[in-house]
Amino acid sequence: MANPALARSGSVTSAASNDAVVQVREICKNYGDVEALRGINLEFERGKLTTLLGPSGCGKTTLLKIIAGLVPATSGEICVNGHAVTGPGPERAFVFQDFALMPWATVLRNVGFGLELKRVPAAERDRTARRYIEQVGLAGFEQKYPHELSGGMRQRVGIARAFAVNADVLLLDEPFSAVDEQNRRKFQEDLLRLVELEKKTFIFVTHSIEEAVYVSDRIVLLSPRPGRVSQVIDPMIDRSASPDDIRRDAGYLDVVEEIWQGLRQYAE
Amino acid sequence: MTLFGTRVPMMASLLFWLLVWEIVGRLDVMFLIPPFTSIVSAGFELVQTGSWQSASMITLRSFLYGMTLAITVGVPLGVLMGRFKVIDNIFGLWVNMFVSAPLSALVPILMILFGMGETTVVVTVFLFAVWIIVLDARAGVMQVPTSLIEMGRSYGASRWTIFTKIILLSALPEILAGIRIGLIRGVKGVVIGQILVSIIGYGELFELYSRSFDMERFWALTMLLFAAAMLLSAGVEHFEKRIEYYAGAR
Repeated sequence: MANPALARSGSVTSAASNDAVVQVREICKNYGDVEALRGINLEFERGKLTTLLGPSGCGKTTLLKIIAGLVPATSGEICVNGHAVTGPGPERAFVFQDFALMPWATVLRNVGFGLELKRVPAAERDRTARRYIEQVGLAGFEQKYPHELSGGMRQRVGIARAFAVNADVLLLDEPFSAVDEQNRRKFQEDLLRLVELEKKTFIFVTHSIEEAVYVSDRIVLLSPRPGRVSQVIDPMIDRSASPDDIRRDAGYLDVVEEIWQGLRQYAE
Repeated sequence: MTLFGTRVPMMASLLFWLLVWEIVGRLDVMFLIPPFTSIVSAGFELVQTGSWQSASMITLRSFLYGMTLAITVGVPLGVLMGRFKVIDNIFGLWVNMFVSAPLSALVPILMILFGMGETTVVVTVFLFAVWIIVLDARAGVMQVPTSLIEMGRSYGASRWTIFTKIILLSALPEILAGIRIGLIRGVKGVVIGQILVSIIGYGELFELYSRSFDMERFWALTMLLFAAAMLLSAGVEHFEKRIEYYAGAR
């Protein structure tokens, strides 16, 4: 298993750097008798994209929602920028699997909604919203309503909304799972460009191995029932190559294979 | 619709049956069915009479009072039922019982409670309209997507902001659908109430015309009511479509 594109660490704590924006300490979550997460310890580094990957039922979305403060943990602690958090906060922004756009509001209002809630003046809010609408490639659609957009375009609105509030941490819950395959690839490339551009910390949930390897700086593999961290992989992909070359790269394919071997025991 | 290869205009069936009515009326088969043309001319005379105008005012007033009451009680109650399990448990059974109950049977009791006057009619309109408004508002609030509420929370909205900016707006199409059906039921309520009380408004006129076998005026009044109910329904539907436009993607 001598693979130059694959650096592995047994546990994250050993690989922890001092520049951790989000720290997850001993998080457990029970739903009644069902144990969803057990003793999760993770650190998420500034400016990196970390993916939570695992089969369905491994609690990856639950963990993301606990970090977001939307779901309370049964025990354990989440620290963001060194402060323990108990609920949602302005330093974190969430991108939803089903987009969560307000159907009665235009693209402009949807993107600016986070700022509207922060009572940012209308002129400034619109200016910021327009900038991010343009950045996600939706210029010209400001006055459209969500139902006039395709699935892929709707998620671009969701991403622009998350960027507009200028949070340090972006939490993305399977953002591309409701988007068709062609658009999904384009999306992944755009996401990499935005990670490069915005220098934010991204925590990304997906069940697609290829997607995880393609976009991530670090992949956290979760095992199901109860959800635990089973493996942490740093895919070390050379992102300067063209997207098509990366997808054919031997190192990339080896990491995909490696993860698949780790996960196949959970496939039925 | 096409018949033998030619397009039949939309109102053709209505015109056909009016023609049949006219012929049957002219043949003098039954005193119950006067020719349609004489009903129309009776209608034109009717709307100019003072008795019709004052009856219409009374009817409209009872309807408006009853509907205002039904909407101001029904929408908040339905919204609360959708948001709070306790309130839903307290009222749910009653609302579901009354929404399908034959409420006309209650009107005689209302007459004892509220007297033989407008109050009884207003209460009848309220009882006919309110339950469906409650149920639709409740359904609208309950089917607000969880992710929309989570979205509000994650971007820092307070509970009140989530309620006013997300839940109410998201439930608006259902609330309006309830009000539209409520309005149609309210029209039935006002007519049934007045007929049973039978000394005010259209109830008095119906009583008068049917007792004196004045079938032209009887039918004219009935048709005016039908047309008014249809116009009302179409008006609300038009308004509703503009709102639904925004909710089209749910």
